[in-house]
Amino acid sequence: MNEFASIGELARGLRRGDYSSVELVRHYLARIQNNASLNTFISVTEDEALIAAAKADQTLQRGKAGPLTGIPLAHKDIFCTQGIPTTCGSRILENWIAPYDATVVACLASAGAVLLGKTNMDEFAMGSSNENSYFGAVLNPWDNSRVPGGSSGGSAAAVAAGLTPIATGTDTGGSIRQPAAFCGVSGIKPTYGRVSRYGMAAFASSLDQAGVIGHDAQDLAVVLSLMSGLDPRDSTSSDHVDSWLESVAESGLQPINEGLNIGLPGEYFKDLGEGRALLEAAARELESAGCRLSEISLPHTDAAIPAYYIISGAEASTNLSRYDGVHFGYRCENPKSLQDLYQRSRSEGFGTEVKRRILTGTYALSVGYFDAYYLKAQKLRRLIQQDFLAAFEQVDLILAPTTPGVAFHTGDLTGDPVAMYQQDIFTIPASLAGLPALSLPCGFSNGLPIGMQLIGAHFSERQLLETSALYQQRTDWHQHHPEVA
Amino acid sequence: MQWEAVIGLEVHVQLSTTSKIFSGASPAFGGAPNTQACPVDLGLPGVLPVLNAEAVRMAVMFGLAIGAEIHPYSVFDRKNYFYPDLPKGYQISQFAHPIVGPGTIDVQMENGETITVGITRAHLEEDAGKSLHTSYPGMTGIDLNRTGTPLLEVVTDPDLRSPGQAVAYFKQLHALVRYLKICDGNLAEGSMRCDANVSVRPLGAAELGERSEIKNINSFRFVEKAITFEIERQIDILESGGKVQRDTRLYDSDLNETRSMRTKELSDDYRYFPDPDLLPVRLTPEFIAEVKSSLPELPKARKTRFTTELKLSDYDAAWLTSDPEVADYFEAVLATTDDAKLAANWIMGDASAALHRDDLEWIDCPVPATELGRLIARIKDNTLSSKLAKTVFEALWAREGTVDEIIEARGLRQLSDSDALGGIIEKIILDNPRQVAQYRAGKNKVLGFFVGQVMKATQGKANPGRVNELLLELLKG
Amino acid sequence: MANIDINHLCRLAQLALNDAEHEAVRGDLERIIAMVDQMQAMNTDHVEPLAHPLDASQRLRRDEVTEVVDRERYQLGAPATQDGLYLVPRVVE
Repeated sequence: MNEFASIGELARGLRRGDYSSVELVRHYLARIQNNASLNTFISVTEDEALIAAAKADQTLQRGKAGPLTGIPLAHKDIFCTQGIPTTCGSRILENWIAPYDATVVACLASAGAVLLGKTNMDEFAMGSSNENSYFGAVLNPWDNSRVPGGSSGGSAAAVAAGLTPIATGTDTGGSIRQPAAFCGVSGIKPTYGRVSRYGMAAFASSLDQAGVIGHDAQDLAVVLSLMSGLDPRDSTSSDHVDSWLESVAESGLQPINEGLNIGLPGEYFKDLGEGRALLEAAARELESAGCRLSEISLPHTDAAIPAYYIISGAEASTNLSRYDGVHFGYRCENPKSLQDLYQRSRSEGFGTEVKRRILTGTYALSVGYFDAYYLKAQKLRRLIQQDFLAAFEQVDLILAPTTPGVAFHTGDLTGDPVAMYQQDIFTIPASLAGLPALSLPCGFSNGLPIGMQLIGAHFSERQLLETSALYQQRTDWHQHHPEVA
Repeated sequence: MQWEAVIGLEVHVQLSTTSKIFSGASPAFGGAPNTQACPVDLGLPGVLPVLNAEAVRMAVMFGLAIGAEIHPYSVFDRKNYFYPDLPKGYQISQFAHPIVGPGTIDVQMENGETITVGITRAHLEEDAGKSLHTSYPGMTGIDLNRTGTPLLEVVTDPDLRSPGQAVAYFKQLHALVRYLKICDGNLAEGSMRCDANVSVRPLGAAELGERSEIKNINSFRFVEKAITFEIERQIDILESGGKVQRDTRLYDSDLNETRSMRTKELSDDYRYFPDPDLLPVRLTPEFIAEVKSSLPELPKARKTRFTTELKLSDYDAAWLTSDPEVADYFEAVLATTDDAKLAANWIMGDASAALHRDDLEWIDCPVPATELGRLIARIKDNTLSSKLAKTVFEALWAREGTVDEIIEARGLRQLSDSDALGGIIEKIILDNPRQVAQYRAGKNKVLGFFVGQVMKATQGKANPGRVNELLLELLKG
Repeated sequence: MANIDINHLCRLAQLALNDAEHEAVRGDLERIIAMVDQMQAMNTDHVEPLAHPLDASQRLRRDEVTEVVDRERYQLGAPATQDGLYLVPRVVE
């Protein structure tokens, strides 16, 4: 049993009867156990997984299996799972059990996927290193002294280490793409509104999107296909109909057969260090496959980080007000008054980064500062989106680095929040514009993975994924795996 | 020094939708604690709001009824503050872009005068839960059933100048929302709650004085009393050289005073910003036109119809249209009689008094409107004397049967026949020669004696008009 | 450099920081705000704010009761309840 196999291979194995879903699940559960030091999981749902696997085996026997039947997966611990703790990596929700499933969870469960457990994450999705979890840091499987990225660090590391074939994540400013790049796996953040946010604890409502991390574009396509679509419970969920995406899980992802115009933004390649050569090689690979490269400009790129931290901070500061110790979640001991209850529960329950973001957001929305910060940031957001829309008049896709460099060492940036924020410099702009974007492994620098980012116009997941399939047909970076237990 | 009070009211109207404004839970009153608070109402992680179409429709109806501009683009904002009955730590409301713009409401005062009250705006928002302070020692119990109930907040311009005007406006608004069937108007259940902004300034001054806000007054009487107290309190302060502090107050009905709310002393920065979980509400002209065409006849138009077509007095028309149930009852009475004036009199007089006596609402009136109409018809066609009509009315009230059944059963048919009456009168004249002589000598008052005798002889069933006519004729010497 | 009133922000956000945290957060916030203040130099004249990435309108939901409330389940793990009510220290109005 190859723990780094893609979903397609595993599904074929299950159908041929090479192994059962129960055996498959046992295999991954054992690997999770053996690699506990990576700290990729917050909860492992062994009993529930075996029950679900047994059910899946029956479905397989009846010949009624779909592309995900009996396939193990992990959910980032930000998705509500009925009956299983959902902690968001926080003390505030340490023992909280949701009374409902997130729409994403329900979709994938009804597609027959088997839940192995909930993966570790930066607290409330705020972070780029998974060092901000109440449940401890996650280690990068390529080099345990380095971070896996964040906030979906647990999901990315678990896939990279072969502990689960696929894992869900969320991406607000890069939280799927950046850890995917640091861990040498593939990850996609879909168009804003493509996937329902219902049941996904909110960080920044106008930026958050659920997505997938896996070994290759084909796997991303299958899972995305089964988890996207209009959800009446989410007012921001899009009613855009995409028959290609709906059917790709069954029909399979094909490499793109036309040569697209690919733009490289000058602003993104300016100060690129070690990754530059690899990114340029990846671009040339696509060129030799029939794509046309050109240089484009996204002039307002510098505005992205400040605008993002104001907008996401403002939205987060209010989204997290519900964690007040009154009717669910952590409450401090012996509160002496209502004020004491609020202040101590929240101060004891939240970690430092979360508090910083809440205070930043509160500042940005407060009387006297609203125009200068929140409104200003939204205007810059418009300009950033306009940059992209103008670029997509000339090109079909944009190719860019995912991160400024390779995974940094644990502890390197924890003392400097602004330096940490700079990690997301290439991923934030697409988030602000609501555009779909993915990261693919495109090489190694000193033994550490480097990711290439592809960004498309709204609802262009087909171009993104088919181009990725083309790239992964001609290269094998996605088939490199770290040495793990 | 003469003082002028300046009052503005903000009334929270609970819309009578079937489900809540942002969730599919029921907003019905009176459920066991927290049995109507679903995950969206509780603000659990990951839940999201979705807007109720009927709440939007009801807001648009209200806006059209007050002649306001309906804003085709409106936005929901988060109003941020911490309170245990506010589970998300923010209330979804509308701040910069409300759904309804400026309009007016005409208010008829008791003295007949009409004032026009400017409505600044009306917007949609969600209600909060309830706190129970007295049942648990040292603790407060929170019931979140009411969280998410749709509210329409109606804000007046500071146009009101007396407690009387404020109450009259509140009553008019109450009638209007019941008229439109967008609110049940049950004040005891909190269906409408009023915040009053009160300030005082020297008469003739242009600038407004510092104001205080009295929150959550939920009865007509208390609105009047709270504002009266507050005006006096502020005048006392100003006359003794002090300054009125802007603050938020509660009305204590036991002590009849307003008190500053301790928890609101720190001025709250609500940090309003557009709720990113909701998209802007865009209403098409077609939608607004469709709502307009579905509006019931508005009180103003109905009143005009009553005065111009039915020839009722201004006062009567206003009385009858002040409550949709009364107006409906009145018009139903006109199905069986065309005497609008008489119908108005009976409704405003006997029927109203009986309802009041038995503590009933119009909707529970035991006399069907058609029967009241028939009663009037029987008076007009001389079957019944006015006096006996009252007896029949009481019998109707007691549900003894229809008007005609009662007349038959009790033999109350009025005697109008000249021959029969003539015979009776001639006998009375013969039996009372002394009174006849007095009358013929010029003592006109004695006529009353004869009328009384005729009534006695006919058990009150004689048609008084006829009796008078015949007496005058037959007593002529 | 803007004088950030950390105490005021903490009051609004219902957070309580000890002295050491207070200083650390002040320092962090000053650096963060200095970073976002770069925005002030960027021209946004005549630019409409972008609140949502997709220019869509709010969908309306049909007015019907769709929730069956399972109070017991929702209150499992609630910090303090009695008789179905959530309890907090007495609030004085």
